[in-house]
Amino acid sequence: MSKPYTPPMPRNWWNKNSAYRLFMLRELSSVFVALFVLELLCFVSQVGQGEAAMDRFITSLENPIYLIYHVVVLAFALLHSITWFNLTPKVMVIRRGEERVPDVLVAGSNYVACLAVSLLLWWIVRG
Amino acid sequence: MAKSNEPIVWSLFSAGGVLTALTVPALIVLLGFAMPLGWITPSFEHVDGLVGHWLTKLFVVALVSLGLFHWAHRFRFTLVDIGLKSLDTLIAVVCYGGAIVGTGVAIYVVWL
Amino acid sequence: MPDEKITLEILRYHPETDEKPSFQTFEVPYHEDWVVLDAINWIKEHVDGTLTYRWSCRMGVCGSCGMMVNGTPRLTCAVFLNEFHPEPIKVEPLAYFPIERDLVTVMDSFMEKLQSVKPWLIRNEGEEKPLEEGEYLQSPAELASFKQFSMCINCMLCYAACPVTGLESEFVGPAAIALGMRYNRDSRDQGREQRQEVIASHDAIWNCTFVGECSVVCPKNVDPAGAIQQAKVESTIDWYTSLLPWTKK
Repeated sequence: MSKPYTPPMPRNWWNKNSAYRLFMLRELSSVFVALFVLELLCFVSQVGQGEAAMDRFITSLENPIYLIYHVVVLAFALLHSITWFNLTPKVMVIRRGEERVPDVLVAGSNYVACLAVSLLLWWIVRG
Repeated sequence: MAKSNEPIVWSLFSAGGVLTALTVPALIVLLGFAMPLGWITPSFEHVDGLVGHWLTKLFVVALVSLGLFHWAHRFRFTLVDIGLKSLDTLIAVVCYGGAIVGTGVAIYVVWL
Repeated sequence: MPDEKITLEILRYHPETDEKPSFQTFEVPYHEDWVVLDAINWIKEHVDGTLTYRWSCRMGVCGSCGMMVNGTPRLTCAVFLNEFHPEPIKVEPLAYFPIERDLVTVMDSFMEKLQSVKPWLIRNEGEEKPLEEGEYLQSPAELASFKQFSMCINCMLCYAACPVTGLESEFVGPAAIALGMRYNRDSRDQGREQRQEVIASHDAIWNCTFVGECSVVCPKNVDPAGAIQQAKVESTIDWYTSLLPWTKK
């Protein structure tokens, strides 16, 4: 007689192995990225209120609490960027005839673009 | 022919993923470290001029909007995956709704 | 080292008598060149003939012997005992499937999902080439566009690695979608429209959160995760182009 047993899906399935844990951290990185873009928006709005407002904003960021916070945010942002770039070759397959552009080139071009954009942003902002 | 409307939110999620992956790390370094710690010292006139430029305004709105939609889509699926599937509609409304509101706020802020 | 042993902890389930599965420990002779399947076969032959499991080719092409080995979906004919020796090895049936008996899972859901993507060449009405006209010609480049996805041996390791299959019973799953894409991409096929009902649905590609473990465990490098993401891109492009007034609906 057939009486199949269906194992229950544990609530903490995402903690069962390192791959799932990394996946969950990757997904949560979006929270920190969202928090940062909102912070950037606040900064833009403070700049709009004048020099004193902008200075107050920047000075408050000197607080070690914020520095540590930004280290955490940066770590998650880098997790997002690195996992995103590394997955791009699976999403975008470029073929010339039978040959496929090597994954490392597809991913690598993203890193190069990120570096270029970062340098550009630095150059634009520093004044 | 639109069998599912997921493509809209997925394309916003993807665009947000690309834009944030390319720009956010550098922006965090600039705003969170370089300016507070004095690694760069742009004058207010420079920053104000920068922020007032229409390209910057466009970039800020795009970054905030797409960054929020990226979060909304990812966070929604995360909550569903950890067991809140029954609340999916509510979660979707709160997440995508939040992203829409955030977009509105960003447009308002740069308008001023 | 003729007397060396290795311990296997195997999940047993007898539907006639058990309410739920439990582990049973076996001491098996250790040989450098033995795989987990060899150890399981030895147990069945020498210790407990009731141990029930699937296997066939013992060389990694039939896809029958998939099981969880220390928590990871593996083909047991391809996992050597010396990868773990002297540590014990835990063997369980593939995750996220109902257990029929011991290491045998109920595969019916997979068979239905596979069938739902119509994994065969579809030609439009009246467009089947008559035999006298010869075969459909296909260039190496055309073959290359789908060949990777055709390597699937239906071993279901990808389903056992994917948390979404455990969370959503209706999820069509990595192998079925990859095989649907194999036919969509085949230049001889005209059935993409018919498959989209299933592939571009909430139960298929839009349930996938790109954990990516399916591609990591695939023994044939099919890369089902890639197939699914590429399907998402194609469906999204479809969706946007269908908004344009001049495209056929």
